[in-house]
Amino acid sequence: MAAGGGIDPIHQFEITPIIGLRPFGLDLSFSNASLFMALTVAVISAIMIYGSSQRSVVPGRLQSLAEMIYEFVASTVTGVMGKEGMKFFPLVFSLFMFVLTANMLGMIPGSFTVTSHIIVTTGLAVLVISVVLIYGIMRHGSHFFGLFVPSGAPGWLIPFMVLIEVVSFASRPVSLALRLFGNMLAGHIGLKVFGGFVVMLTAQISIFTVLAPLPLMLAVALTALEFLVAFLQAYVFAILACVYLNDALHPGH
Amino acid sequence: MPVRSSRFVRQGLAGVAAFVLVASAAGAATPPLSGEKAAFPPFDVATFAGQLFWLAISFGALYWLMSTIALPRMGAILDERAQAIGRDLDNAARMQAKAEETAIAYEAALAEARKNAQGIAQASRDTSAKASDARRLTVEGELAAKLAQAEATIATTKASAMTNVRSLGSDVAVAIVTKLTGQAPSATEASEAVDQVLARS
Repeated sequence: MAAGGGIDPIHQFEITPIIGLRPFGLDLSFSNASLFMALTVAVISAIMIYGSSQRSVVPGRLQSLAEMIYEFVASTVTGVMGKEGMKFFPLVFSLFMFVLTANMLGMIPGSFTVTSHIIVTTGLAVLVISVVLIYGIMRHGSHFFGLFVPSGAPGWLIPFMVLIEVVSFASRPVSLALRLFGNMLAGHIGLKVFGGFVVMLTAQISIFTVLAPLPLMLAVALTALEFLVAFLQAYVFAILACVYLNDALHPGH
Repeated sequence: MPVRSSRFVRQGLAGVAAFVLVASAAGAATPPLSGEKAAFPPFDVATFAGQLFWLAISFGALYWLMSTIALPRMGAILDERAQAIGRDLDNAARMQAKAEETAIAYEAALAEARKNAQGIAQASRDTSAKASDARRLTVEGELAAKLAQAEATIATTKASAMTNVRSLGSDVAVAIVTKLTGQAPSATEASEAVDQVLARS
């Protein structure tokens, strides 16, 4: 946030290449976004792999944290999909931890928020919905498409119902991606704007300088809110992924 | 816990990632529409390919690390703990059962000991009562003998006193009759008369 942008609230989302990489005319440069993705993976690995390396029956602090996360996600997965859903546990766990850690890293001033880019959230959402489609079709074959045909509807209504169901299914990845993206983007812009107000009001001493504490207090409150949102959006993403994957497991309507 | 995903899911993930990458790379290859001015960064299509590429790499790495190392290990740790706790609980239950058995045996032993003690106390009470009874009886016997002896002494004394009284009485009777009648009765008559009076009284 602080990096040279002054009070431009958009600057924090800019992507700057660190190591140029342009095969086949594609810009695959290792950028600050890539750096924070790698950092996200490193932080998660530190907690989950280093934290569990002691394998102690009585856990230390880091292992307690790792176990708490494990059991939290496991209970979410089994709560939505049942015991059978544990085959998707690594996927849901990775999604939850990736989004949560990326959101939390984004809360560090001056850092970059991976999930504030629509292409990233879209990639994750498309991944979820593709797994749903591919697994559903491979597991249940054409029976999977029974998902789009509500049982007990009168015959003449079936085409409309199928249309509605298809649209609602197609809108899932869109809403999944946009929800996370919108929340992170808006939250960080809001923080930056209120932070900018403080800077503007105090840059030149005037009668309005006395008002500076107001946006400062708001920025503090907003920061707390953003931490909540960072967790909540990761949880929402994970639980919706569970709900959608559950359709692949049990396509019956 | 079956945290290991099936091979199929993993292959599917890889395929999906490749698909997403290729599809968006095709889109990203076309130049951005606006051109002159830098677009709002999250909507800057030029960055999409690179972002997706690195997302696929980092998320793939994360998925691989989690599904092959972290999650099976965590599951094993939690399983082991659950087993250890179950084992400890079993042991505790067994210990408790043993303790209860011991307590019951102790109670039984205590009850028996109490019964024995009561029996012993009763027996000793009985023997001491018998002994004291016997002593009392002998003492009573002695006392009775002494009493009888004393009574006998009293009787002989009384008898001798009575004979003395009779001889005295007959002497007095002789003297009185002599005084009154001037005629002395025989000693036998006097003693008979005294005997009659004594027998009447």
